[in-house]
Amino acid sequence: MTTFLEVDNLTMRFGGLTAVDGLSFKVEHGEIHGLIGPNGAGKTTTFNMISGFYTPTSGQVRLRGEDISGLKMHEVARRGVVRTFQHSTLFAELSVMDNALVGTHMPFRPNIFAAIIGWDKEDREGARARASEALEFFGLDHLKDDLAGDLSHGHQRALGMAVAYASHPDVMLLDEPFTGMNPEETRQMMELMRKLRDNGITILLVEHDMQAIMGLCDKITCMSFGKFLAEGGPKEIRNHPAVIEAYLGGARHVA
Amino acid sequence: MRNLLIFIVGAAALITLPHFLSFSQQEILVFLTINILLVSSYRLLTLTGEWSLGHVVIMGVGAYASALFSKELGLYVPVSILLGGIVAALLAVLLSFPLFRMKGFYFLIGSFAAGEIIRLLWKRFRDPFGGAKGIKGIDPMPDFSIGIYDFDFFEPISYYYLSAMIVAACLWILWRIERSPVGLTFHAVHWQDKLAEASGVNLRAYRTLAFAISSGFAGIAGALLAHYIGTINPNSFDVEVMVFVLTWAIVGGTGTFYGPILGCIVLTVLNEIVLRELGFEQMRPLIYGAIMILSILFMPKGLESVVQRIISRRAKT
Repeated sequence: MTTFLEVDNLTMRFGGLTAVDGLSFKVEHGEIHGLIGPNGAGKTTTFNMISGFYTPTSGQVRLRGEDISGLKMHEVARRGVVRTFQHSTLFAELSVMDNALVGTHMPFRPNIFAAIIGWDKEDREGARARASEALEFFGLDHLKDDLAGDLSHGHQRALGMAVAYASHPDVMLLDEPFTGMNPEETRQMMELMRKLRDNGITILLVEHDMQAIMGLCDKITCMSFGKFLAEGGPKEIRNHPAVIEAYLGGARHVA
Repeated sequence: MRNLLIFIVGAAALITLPHFLSFSQQEILVFLTINILLVSSYRLLTLTGEWSLGHVVIMGVGAYASALFSKELGLYVPVSILLGGIVAALLAVLLSFPLFRMKGFYFLIGSFAAGEIIRLLWKRFRDPFGGAKGIKGIDPMPDFSIGIYDFDFFEPISYYYLSAMIVAACLWILWRIERSPVGLTFHAVHWQDKLAEASGVNLRAYRTLAFAISSGFAGIAGALLAHYIGTINPNSFDVEVMVFVLTWAIVGGTGTFYGPILGCIVLTVLNEIVLRELGFEQMRPLIYGAIMILSILFMPKGLESVVQRIISRRAKT
């Protein structure tokens, strides 16, 4: 039985700086897996390597046993690993509906010849249906004609996830999904993520909001200065001495 | 129903238009028709956010290819026009390998360099390109009759009708592409290429696709031009012409499908007809330039923004 998503000895160097150093962890299918660590621990770099944005200096990322490290981002996406971005990276100039429609690119691959003749009606309707479904799931269907750039911050974050969800992913990589959300929005978003998990989508997320992480994740990997630090359930991590030390500074530093 | 009416009135206007013009104005009308296709095809490339300086040279590739196909191989002219477009598109695919390693400003410079290389190749190789003198005596479109109208291609009116039909068909295809999911993907590649890629869009493939399609239609425009004027040389497709294409696109605006077309029509009419009629023969480039600067200063979003404002004001009342 191969592991669903496995990060094996992953290393990334930028010149002399080793941002991620021999990191290994496993993500089980159907789990919400959190990746935490103090600022500069290399969480986003790890994300960028898994999603194909960076090519790792060494090490592997294996999806269902297949090495996907070094593939381009769209090739990783086509294998079912879809990411969101930090901040509100959206097509600000396009409508909310069009944003979601771009998300349906993979399940409904556009064909230029069919598009010219008009033989892609079913595909277009299918893509619209899927896009509407994704918008509805994230509670954005009433905004579908607005420009994405005009949405509130919380809605923009939700739209970023709707775009990813529209592509029928197996794994969603969420980069700080709760940033800038108020507690009520965070609570709703956590509920939606649990629903996604129940639909069989594996979620790997980087987040600073500890309350959200602890309340949401089935398993948490903590890293510090590019290295693996600890792994376990929320309770274990909360009480893990190395994690507390990394976040609060160890007793010996204080003394 | 209303659209049908607009279509019929528009078509009737386009058919009767040349009969009100002088001979030289009819010739300008033919060039205008061809240039509309050129600038519209250019807009498809700008959808992906890339601006090329080699578009006119690509048009020349279509012109040279079509001229040689009909002259050297004796192909039927409409077939060679189509082949001219295909050759231009294939060359664009080839050029995309070096050019799409670059983006933005670097692509602009790279495309200019690629265009100049092609132009130098035309000059260097007398056989088959005819060197600096180019190709002369290109076969004209063979005359034919469709019952109600006899096409006689010594008359600019006939060539106007023919090219208007071809251009209309090409514009229809460009319009369909833009309004399709493929067009949406082009926009996505432009505005946030990383997010598009994360959604599974192959950026290279889509940039190349846009480049190839726009080059193909530019090639058809070039072929139409070659078989009309009968002689082409490397200087027919130099960067000066490219600057005209850029000004049409910028003054018209590239936000809408009709923007560049509007820019092309307004500036051509202004330059060739109004300023000529007013007797500013020598000073035309001066005034043309002044009008351009003013329009960019006071209409930074192009002529299309004026049209949009009129439409939205109508919608309110």
